[in-house]
Amino acid sequence: MNTGDLIRALAADSEVHPMPPGRALALALIPGVAIALGLHFALLGLRPHLLTLLGEPRLLFKLCLTVLLVALSGQLVLRLVKPGAGVHGAALMLAIVPALLAAANLAELSAVPAGLWGQRLIGSNAKFCLESIPFLAAAPLVAALLALRQGAPEHPALAGAAAGLFAGAIGAACYATHCPDDSPLFVAAWYSLAIGFVAAIGAVAGRRLLRW
Amino acid sequence: MRAGNAGDADSYRRLLLHLTPVLRAGARRGLAGAGMADTDAEDVVQETLLAIHLKRQSWDEDAPIGPWLRAIARHKMIDTLRRRGRRIDLPLDDFSEVVAGGESEPSMLVADVDRHLECLPGGQRNVVRAIAVDGASIDETAARLSMTNGAVRVALHRGLRALASKFNGEGT
Repeated sequence: MNTGDLIRALAADSEVHPMPPGRALALALIPGVAIALGLHFALLGLRPHLLTLLGEPRLLFKLCLTVLLVALSGQLVLRLVKPGAGVHGAALMLAIVPALLAAANLAELSAVPAGLWGQRLIGSNAKFCLESIPFLAAAPLVAALLALRQGAPEHPALAGAAAGLFAGAIGAACYATHCPDDSPLFVAAWYSLAIGFVAAIGAVAGRRLLRW
Repeated sequence: MRAGNAGDADSYRRLLLHLTPVLRAGARRGLAGAGMADTDAEDVVQETLLAIHLKRQSWDEDAPIGPWLRAIARHKMIDTLRRRGRRIDLPLDDFSEVVAGGESEPSMLVADVDRHLECLPGGQRNVVRAIAVDGASIDETAARLSMTNGAVRVALHRGLRALASKFNGEGT
């Protein structure tokens, strides 16, 4: 079979329309997020008085930050699976999240007396947070990795890590509506650790699953 | 490529034919730069064409196609070098030069693609061979192999994907 033969076969196959990665990801997230939400409501549940507490700036910040991370990491992951697409813009945008978190931490440190820092940092639920975020992120991670196989990442492990970051952010956004620890200190320590863990799993899985 | 994505097989075929000499020149240059014989160049070209085809949905129709093609060709070149046990950083512009013709296809004894084709399941192998080597259309292949059109399409698509993964999995 020479190259012309191969091209003939490829052209004959052009009537199949593979799905673009963006649409594949959106479709896969429907069941992925549904499972995460189902587990969330069945096993964790919303924290009491969530709606009346929404005026509380720390809680509001936590919720907005996780949702922002979902949006920005989603942008990044889609660029990472498209060959030749520039990723610097999306990566720079993503840096907004740690910058905001750092700013919020400075504000928290100046607003709270030093004696309470340790208590705010450890919170009441650190271990549960570390378990819950990866647990809730599992289904979105599987969905995202499978969908991204439609793409062609130049760096499969990196794309997998970004998918893990994205799924971890979804898990964190869900968990944030349950978790009673609102201090940015707590978010910076434990949410980051939990999301980082999911990103590491994503990197390992991506290396295998996203090769092409 | 837009026409190809819209299912216009003819212009898609012309695009791939037009790209081939460029890819071939890039592959030869890449192999030569790594100090390797260019007998593997045609394998790289075929693997790259398969990747372009199977990953064409990862190109945004609003984006310029050049960087996308270069990235795919570069990825496949690096893949090949890595499989052959070398790690080399290719300069980005290795594939950027358009060479107009003059790069003919070498005749090969047994190309990778033929070996891989032999490893496919029988149904896929027959369909791919009928369409690629014998030049049969989907309809003719269906009649010849007593299959439905749909089954031929599915077997062709799966066969091409299997070929790509055989290229990919070789030696790893």
